[in-house]
This record gives sequence, C-alpha cells and structure tokens, in this order.
Amino acid sequence: MQRRTLLQAGLAATATLALPPLARPALAAPAASRVLRFIPQADLAVLDPVWTTAYVTRNHALMVFDTLFGIDAQYQPQLQMLESATTEDSDRTWRLVLRPGLKFHDGTPVLARDCVASIGRWGKRDAFGQALLSATNELAAADDRTIVFRLKRPFPLLPAALGKAASSIAAIMPERLAATDPFKQVTDMVGSGPYRFKADERVPGARVVYERFADYVPRADGVAEWIAGPKRALFDRVEWTVIPDAATAAAAMQNGEADWWEQPTFDLLPLLKGDRHLVLEQLDPTGTPAMMRMNQLFPPFDNPAIRRALFGAVDQAEFMTAVAGTDPAYWRANVGFFPPGSPMASPVGMEVFAGPRDFEKVKKDILAAGYKGERVVLMIATDFPVLQAMGNVGADVLKRCGFNLDVQATDWGTVVQRRAKKDPPDKGGWSVFFTAWSGLDQFNPAGHVGLRGNGLNAWFGWPNAPRLEALREDWFAASTPVLQKKICEEMQRQAFIDVPYIPIGEYLQPTVRRDSLSGVLKGVPLFWNVHRS
Amino acid sequence: MLGYIVRRVLVTIPVMGVVALFVFSLLYLAPGDPAAIIAGDQASPEQIALIRASLGLDQPFLVRFGGWAWRIAHGDLGTSIFTNLPVAHMIAQRIEPTLSLMLLTLVVSLLIAVPLGVLAAARQGTAVDRAVMLFAVLGFSTPVFVIGYLLAYVFALRLDWFPVQGYMPLAGGFWPFLRALILPAATLGGIYIALIARITRASMLEVLSQDYIRTARAKGLGQRGVLFVHALKNAAVPIVTVVGLGVALLIGGAVVTESVFAIPGLGRLTVDAILRRDYPVIQGVVLLFSFAYVVINLLVDLLYTLFDPRIRY
Repeated sequence: MQRRTLLQAGLAATATLALPPLARPALAAPAASRVLRFIPQADLAVLDPVWTTAYVTRNHALMVFDTLFGIDAQYQPQLQMLESATTEDSDRTWRLVLRPGLKFHDGTPVLARDCVASIGRWGKRDAFGQALLSATNELAAADDRTIVFRLKRPFPLLPAALGKAASSIAAIMPERLAATDPFKQVTDMVGSGPYRFKADERVPGARVVYERFADYVPRADGVAEWIAGPKRALFDRVEWTVIPDAATAAAAMQNGEADWWEQPTFDLLPLLKGDRHLVLEQLDPTGTPAMMRMNQLFPPFDNPAIRRALFGAVDQAEFMTAVAGTDPAYWRANVGFFPPGSPMASPVGMEVFAGPRDFEKVKKDILAAGYKGERVVLMIATDFPVLQAMGNVGADVLKRCGFNLDVQATDWGTVVQRRAKKDPPDKGGWSVFFTAWSGLDQFNPAGHVGLRGNGLNAWFGWPNAPRLEALREDWFAASTPVLQKKICEEMQRQAFIDVPYIPIGEYLQPTVRRDSLSGVLKGVPLFWNVHRS
Repeated sequence: MLGYIVRRVLVTIPVMGVVALFVFSLLYLAPGDPAAIIAGDQASPEQIALIRASLGLDQPFLVRFGGWAWRIAHGDLGTSIFTNLPVAHMIAQRIEPTLSLMLLTLVVSLLIAVPLGVLAAARQGTAVDRAVMLFAVLGFSTPVFVIGYLLAYVFALRLDWFPVQGYMPLAGGFWPFLRALILPAATLGGIYIALIARITRASMLEVLSQDYIRTARAKGLGQRGVLFVHALKNAAVPIVTVVGLGVALLIGGAVVTESVFAIPGLGRLTVDAILRRDYPVIQGVVLLFSFAYVVINLLVDLLYTLFDPRIRY
C-alpha cells in the first residue's frame, strides 16, 4: 500500500467516526417516556413464586401479586392488602380484614377465601410459611373480607411471615390458581398487584412485559418503602429485556437503550461510573452474604473440630476482594451468621475472624482434630463469576490448610445436582461448595436455611445441630424484638461451635440506572414509585 | 430425479431417529438436574425430589425415551420443563430472528466472498490476491465475539448508527429490521466470507488452468466473460458444497452472535436450555437443526445438477 493511500484511509476512518448518527426509527417521546426498560439479573424462566426461590421470580411476583403485609425499611411488617389486623384469645386468634375494592387482574374481587388458599399453598413450600402453618390450628375465611388464623400457640411473627420480601413471598392469587399442587407450576399470572403480566408479549429467555393495572388501588396511608406503603405504578409499561452478556448490557445502558440494569458485574463498574448519565446505587442494605458449605455426613467435615479449625484460615476480605474488587464500598468483611446491620446481627463469637491468618496453626489443629488425609472434593461453578471467584480463593485456602484437595470446576447446573447426593465424596458425592444469597434470606432464623441443623432433612451439607434447632423454635415463640435478638445471639454463639457453614463475607451488589429515573425504592427491584423525571 | 428426492427424504427418517436417540441418551447421561435448578438455591432436597417426581424425571430411561419418541412421532416436541410452554411454540417464537440473521449473513457473504475469491484468483500472486487472503485468514482466526464487540463499540456506541442489542421483527418495518441485523450479520459473516472466498479462489485457480479456458481466451472472450460465465460456473460445485457445509458454522456462530447482540433467536434458546437442563427444549432444537442440515445437504446435492449437467441421480 502506498503512503498516500494509507493516509487517505486514515482520514476516511476519522471522518467516518465524526459522522452524525443515522436516523433512528421515530418513537414518540411521550410514549417512550411511559415505558421503563429494565435489564433483569436473569431470565424469568419460572413465573410461579411458590414453585421456585429464584430472585428474578420474586421480583416479577412483586409486580403481579400483592401481599397482605409488606415490610418497610426498618424490616417491620406493615398492612398492605389489609385494612386491619387484630388479635384475640391471648394472641391465639388473628383476624385479618381486607381493604375494600381490591381486584384481581381478571376483574374478579379479591376475597378472603383466595387469601386462605394462597397462604395454604405458599405455606407448604416456604420455610417461614411452614413454621406459621405448623403453629396454626385453623385458617379460614370468616366472610368475604375476613381471614381468621386460629393458632395452637401465639405466633407473633405472623405479619413478618406474610409480609416477607425475601424469596418465596406470600403472593395472593385467585383460589382457582392457589388450589394447584405447590409442586406444580402456576403459569396463569393473575394477581392483584400494581402491574399486569402480558403473557402474549412474553418471549421466554428474551423479553417480559408488564402493563399498569388500572384498577389497582394503592394504600392511602403509609410511606412507600420497600414493599410497604402505597404502590403507585407511574409507568404504563415495564419491559424486561434479558441481556445475558454483561458487556452488551453495559453498552445498552451507555447507549440509552435501557433505563435500569439490575446487576452490573463488578468488573464493569469503573466503566459505568465514568458515564455521567448513569447512577450506581445499592438498593439492598442487607447485601449478599456468602458461605463455604461443607458436607457434614463424611470425613473430614463430619468432624466439628476440623470445621472449627478452618475459621483460622478464612480471611473474609480476601474472598470478597476476589468477588467484588478492591473497592471496599462493594463488600464487607467481619460478617457473622446474620447480615451486618440487620436486626439480628451481633458481634458474638466474631473474634475467630480477628487477627492475622495462621495457616501453620490451622494445619496443626486439623491434624490434631483427626484429619487423615481424606480426599476433599471442592465443586466450583465457573459459569457465575462471583461463585468462581469464591471457589478459587477457597481452593487456595483449603490447599494451604493441608487438605488433600480435588477441585472440580463445572457449571452451576451440575453443582446443584451433585450437591444433593448423599454419597461419599469418592463415589460421586462432594465435600465443599460456595454460594451466596441475599441478606434478606439470612436476616432472621425463619428463612435462613443455611443455619438449620435438622440433620438429613437440613439443606445440603446436612448439619446435625439440635441446639440450633431448639433455639430456632424459641425464636418463633419470642414475643419481643429484644428477646428475638437475644436468641439470635445465642444462635450465633452455637453456630460458631457447630459450624453449619463458614461465613466468608458479603458483597454489596449495586444497581445502575439512567439519571432520568427518580423514586427508585430501596430493597429489591420495585417498579412502583419510580418515574422519569 | 423425483425418485432420488423421495429416496433422500425417506432416508431422513432413520437419520432423525438416530439423532433423536443420540441426543436423548447424551442428555440422560449428562450431569445436571432441572428440578434442582427450578427449586432454587435454597430449596431442600425433599422439595427438589417432589418437583422431580412431579415432572416425571424420576422415571427410568426407557419410559422417558419411549414417551418422548411417541410424542415426536405424533409431531409433538413436548413442553418446556421451566416455562411450561410447548417447545414448538418456543421455537416458533425464536425462529424468525435466527433465520433472518442467517439468511442475511448468507446473502451478504456470498455477494462479497465469491467476487473476492474470483478477483484473488484472477490476480493470483499480486497485492490484491495477498490482501484477499490476509482478510480470509483474519476472518477465520478472529473469534466471532471479538468482531462483535469491536463492531458494536465503533458503530453502535461511538457512531450511534446501529443499536447495541436486540431484534426488530420484519413486521416492524424493513429499515428497523435491517438496522438491528447489520452488525450481527457483519459479525457472523466474517468467518463465512473468509471460508467461501478461500474456496472460491482455490476452485477458480484450478478451473482457470484448464484447456477450455485457454480456448475461450484464444477465441477473444473478455476477462469478465471468461471468469464469470465459463470459469465460475465450473468452479461452483466445490463452492456450493462448502456453502452447504458452512451452514453448520453459521449455526454455531449464531449462538455466539445472538448472545453478544442479545437477539432472541434459537441460538440463545439452545444455550439457555443447556444451562438449565431443559431437556425437551434442547432435544427439540437439536432435532430442528439436524433436520435443517439434512435438508440443506439435499438442496446442495440437487444444485450440483444445475451447475454440472454431467451429474445425474
């Protein structure tokens, strides 16, 4: 190529970059401004919030369905679909009265019997619901607007259970849908929430559309906080576009093709921060506490002394730096069994994480506890960057502790299948894996399945910790927040003895939105109150 | 000819049967449990077992395969484990973007690659030939996602000519449809253009050395006539073969391209289904792709007779 030709090509390229954009297809501005374009954390594969605990389904359910109570920013349950909630008979009877004028999306009125059926179905699947129903003698509709709980014993946490924002919310649906077996999916999305699901516009794996439910009546009182207070839908339509590739989602935000991206990846945060039209903020103050979960059916982790010895090797900051980077604005160390800042969190037993990590001492402690060189199978899900980062740090920690480590890198689909196996690690079972959930699922003993100690019926890893189970029962019966907190302190003390899992810190997942959006509520992604300014 | 077509179509049936058995067996043996994925991270083992039973996933291999094969034989691809929607409906929703992307890529690639290959052959050993071959090597060796990100950065983010992501159906207007597909088609086309240009050049070089080409030139036929009327037609058989074989390349490339540009096509449907272990969807899509591939091979065989009258079936 001649020098002149090269220069001409360079000039042409520069001129091309300076050209104005091609005309876009015309979209009437007022119509566009009434549409909220959202990129969810994952595809909405399952619609039924009772059938799955997936967060994306919970977020969808909060748009379509309403709940009897709703927690506020202080994690206190407030009346939502209810006009009143009263107790009688030494708190053994609850009378819940529905607000007048509530309607389902098919135009039928919301009746007490719909709520009874919905609670019954939800209570067969959700841990908090199961606890509530096990304390219930009778759940009935006294009339069209009154739901009556007759309890075997007082259950002061009834409003908290029915108003939870963690996964598997107590969604109210018509009786005909709520009569479905809780182990079968409901796909007819008829709720009474502020947005109506547009089944005809759904493209699974790509697009979900909601439109404002014109007959929804927001509460007249209260403050819009989390899922409490008036739910005013201010957009005509909310369109979820599933963008699996993080770089593409970031580009869509920068280009103005999307208004709100629920979970930007940590590696892209510097890029997004640099865009003056984008706002990064953390919605969920409970964060995402992560854990190292061990299989307690087989050596070496059937030995509590070995599990306890591992505390000396865990540097939570190291784990979280691998997950979320060096900016401590996006993670917290010194995390116990309840998320820092949440009502049940306490410093009890946290000294195990203090001071420098001493791997030689941990090695000696593990050998002294009886470790005989058994193979430790660590499963790492490589298709989720966060889980992969935890797994990689965990592998290094376990190696340095002297374990005979067998790292098995695979996808999450394989991990969730294999972790259900109760076979020994050398016969297709496992020893360790890492995971993380929203702090909302861990902020009290009700839904905190990682803290259960009910042996073979417990969550994967199957810890047998009778004292933890007894304390959990006490917590349900505790009548005041002070008592509840005291019990949780005791639970944390016991957890550091039984070690159902090892907390490895928590990361603070930010969300990113265009600066033209205002009124985004804290908590989980919520689509009421938010508007375009 | 008609007899040949009928024979080929009939042969398709056992081929699809073998594909079906192979795909089903592979998925049965592969690790993963859709029930565990459906139930979510915090579900108990007992809940997962109940979901598995409700979906019939606890049935023995032969019962599951028999039921599935019976439904397939009746034209029913089954129902997605996750969405509860018929697989045929999900494929129908996704087929337009993928077909549009592949057709546009195919047409644009042929329009670019064949003249490039002819040009390179006609100017063998010159800078033009080397430039075309350099482009072909680059096109072949650069991963599709790298091309995709580069094009999106320049033409979508910097110049704002095209959208970063998404798909606009043809029903929404031709320009919006085309505008959304230009970058993905350019991304996917790179490797395809490289492949066809190389084959066209090689095939043309062989034909251009034949005696009848020398005769045509001696008779005073112009360069264009020699290249495009006499040589290209005779060089077409290997080109058509590679175009047909390259459809598999397009299918693989579409999976990546659809992910990069968030196009709701069959490629993404396949990836999502594999990650979730949504067996009926994976089986349905793989069967469809296999069927399409068999049909394309049949078409390629039939096209041979068009370009070379000596070939008869």
